[in-house]
Amino acid sequence: MATDNRPLSPHLQVYRPQLTSMLSILHRLTGIALAAGTLLLVWWLISAATGPTAFDTVQSFIGSIFGRILLLGWSFAIFYHLSNGIRHLVWDAGKGFELGTVYASGWLVVAASVALTVISWISAYVVLGGAG
Amino acid sequence: MSTRTPLGRARGLGSAKSGTGHWWAQRVTALALIPLVTWFVISMIVITGANHETALSFISSPINAVLLTLLIVATFYHGQLGLQVVIEDYIHTKWLEVTLILSVKGGAIFLGVASVYAVIAIALGG
Repeated sequence: MATDNRPLSPHLQVYRPQLTSMLSILHRLTGIALAAGTLLLVWWLISAATGPTAFDTVQSFIGSIFGRILLLGWSFAIFYHLSNGIRHLVWDAGKGFELGTVYASGWLVVAASVALTVISWISAYVVLGGAG
Repeated sequence: MSTRTPLGRARGLGSAKSGTGHWWAQRVTALALIPLVTWFVISMIVITGANHETALSFISSPINAVLLTLLIVATFYHGQLGLQVVIEDYIHTKWLEVTLILSVKGGAIFLGVASVYAVIAIALGG
């Protein structure tokens, strides 16, 4: 059975980018990123169970510039996937499909993800500052 | 005139095979993850920059150990369901599709069990 090279639709390149389609693919991309991000959680937990030396290695990786950039992306991905996931659950309940509502909820999700990311990072730096 | 069998009509799943269960499980785990992820993010902010001792006392607190375990199970279950759909959508070579899906599921089980084991080891080892 030849399953390779079949013509596929939709042909994304013929569409003008819209908020709705961009947020849709971002939901999937953040989901994939979060799946990869679970590796950090697994590493953190296992190193905590292993001992202080292993744990310090993880903490210094997370605290490094590269680690913080990863964590920034991961935290945004969490808030985006969470907010847009709730938007999806509302759709699953059969509500919010009017075109105006779809755009309004889309922008709300974008605003909420950015705001929650900023608030979290400010809070985390306040905690760090307080710790020493 | 319908060509559907009476049993098919009674089940009410349309042409679905395991799809309905997959869809429903994804929504149920999504619902569970709303409070769990909110709790987890707030907790991680509170213990930002924690040393080993602080992390151990956080993980070994009974409520945190239980919530972490639930978070891990729901996260890996939800994640492998999502990745399965991504693979099914984009990979059209059967052997590769099956191999990737099995790898994702196996990997999710391995990482999930390893994480839960770490939490239990910390919670009971203290």
